[in-house]
Amino acid sequence: MSHAEDNAGTRRDFLYVATAATGAVAGGAAVWPLVNQMNPSADVRALASVEVDISDVAVGTQITVKWRGKPVFIRRRSADEIEAARAVSLDDLPDTASENQNKPGTDASDVNRSVDDAGEWLVMIGVCTHLGCVPLGDAGDFGGWFCPCHGSHYDTAGRIRKGPAPRNLDIPLTTFIDANTIKLG
Amino acid sequence: MAGIPHDHYEPKTGVEKWLHERLPVVSILYDTLMIPTPKNLNWMWIWGIVLAFCLVLQIITGIVLAMHYTPHVDMAFDSVEHIMRDVNGGWALRYLHANGASLFFFAVYLHIFRGLYYGSYKAPREITWIVGMLIYLAMMATGFLGYVLPWGQMSFWGATVITGFFGAIPGVGEVVQTWLLGGPAVDNATLNRFFSLHYLLPFVLAALVIIHIWAFHTTGNNNPSGVEVRRGSKDEVKKDTLPFWPYFVVKDLFALGVVLTIFFAITYFMPNYLGHPDNYVEANPLVTPAHIVPEWYYLPFYAILRAFTADVWAVMLVEFVTGGIVDAKFFGVVAMFGAIVVMVFIPWLDTSRVRSGKYRPSFKWWFWLLALDFVVLTWCGSQPAEGMVPVISLIGASYWFGYFLIILPLLGVLEKPLPVPATIEEDFDAHYPPKDASASAAE
Repeated sequence: MSHAEDNAGTRRDFLYVATAATGAVAGGAAVWPLVNQMNPSADVRALASVEVDISDVAVGTQITVKWRGKPVFIRRRSADEIEAARAVSLDDLPDTASENQNKPGTDASDVNRSVDDAGEWLVMIGVCTHLGCVPLGDAGDFGGWFCPCHGSHYDTAGRIRKGPAPRNLDIPLTTFIDANTIKLG
Repeated sequence: MAGIPHDHYEPKTGVEKWLHERLPVVSILYDTLMIPTPKNLNWMWIWGIVLAFCLVLQIITGIVLAMHYTPHVDMAFDSVEHIMRDVNGGWALRYLHANGASLFFFAVYLHIFRGLYYGSYKAPREITWIVGMLIYLAMMATGFLGYVLPWGQMSFWGATVITGFFGAIPGVGEVVQTWLLGGPAVDNATLNRFFSLHYLLPFVLAALVIIHIWAFHTTGNNNPSGVEVRRGSKDEVKKDTLPFWPYFVVKDLFALGVVLTIFFAITYFMPNYLGHPDNYVEANPLVTPAHIVPEWYYLPFYAILRAFTADVWAVMLVEFVTGGIVDAKFFGVVAMFGAIVVMVFIPWLDTSRVRSGKYRPSFKWWFWLLALDFVVLTWCGSQPAEGMVPVISLIGASYWFGYFLIILPLLGVLEKPLPVPATIEEDFDAHYPPKDASASAAE
């Protein structure tokens, strides 16, 4: 813009910079609403929490409910499943974090994965942490879940054991309202 | 417009002159249509016209399909069935559109491999090549967006897996993915925006196609010999070329007729051969189909995505070096996009001074191995990731990158090319000797 000899900057230089700066701000202000409109809308964000009746879930079975557009697995584990999950050493786990929103920062021991301390209730988002498919229950090499898309195997505590998925199945905020009702979110 | 000297449009009548002084549109059309074209072009130079036809076919059938389609999760699947059963001739329009996408990709792959063999990407045609790659990327995006619209099981789960790629980006992945989807999962907001973008992108494609044509009309076409058209004078040009109209138009239209015969046979007699039965089941967010596969034209890159699992040493090395920021999932995504991006850089990766693969004795072998690799990766992508498939995928993916990043740069130095013909005329006459020298002199 300016010549080498007049380093001080001229009135014209100031006008160039001021115009460019105004243009950039105006451009950004015009683009932002166009970008932001693609973020989740108010009605989508409003689907915060749901309550689930679990009184009909028998030992050794699971139900799947839809929450925030995603499936959530609610499993009532048998004694064998709990035992199998608790026998696993942390060294055998690719992901050693519990991935449990109720217990942030804890390790992936089985007690940190279940809702209750006895370990009977396991509540997880039923979305494979690889690329988002729904894993199949009672399947895979570890008796837990198996994702048919790219072959990830999860154990009876929903922890990744084998395959491309990087993390254990995520556990959402879960609370017991009473003995027969679980609240998600 | 063209850099090759040739006769330009001369307005003759009063009306022509009047228009030409105000808007030289006839001149642009004339020069485009009459461009001198190397006379030795073989049958691999017909895919451009097939691709142009595909774009027009897709836009026209797409516009009319949009008149009957409803982009809402509760109605999309039914509206497609409505097109198939109730709309007059709707079944034909939809089958043409769905199979038209397959023809589009079939032609583009042959077109790309033609360019790879004859060195069409080399100077001075780098811009043509790069714009071509942008066209290919836009085609992939358009095809993916369109496949989601029928809202079948494959639509839904394909969309989930593909948008999951963006979720793999370290740090901002989840925010980006939520932004793309308009919510925590694929849902109505996703379907709506995909429909909008699926309608938009073909027009971006059309603009890119015009730039693509503009670029290679500036440099002139490549040809099987890889030798440039002589530009010393119009007479020299005439010895190497023929005008596009009528010679190549007639040739291309004949080839298009043959291709379309096969295309229509497939569209009308086996319209679902290339599709997946699962997509005739309405989308269900709670059940994943047993075996998610993309459409056939994405399979090689899907195989590359799946090839890099956590137990591959390269993945472990990168994960260690980056302190775990780049995990196997992100590595696979980068590899998949990288397999396409690496092609963009081929004008600078290929160090050979000889353009056409015809005169490169070792290059030929590596090239045909790459073509075979592409087919093998396609097969791998269609199979469940078990048994030998992951191993074969990894070998195939490695060769894909090896070809571009190691073999091409080295070959230019190591290979001794065969003698190249001096002119296109010489190459042409070697195939079609002039019948009688005195007869042609007497013309």
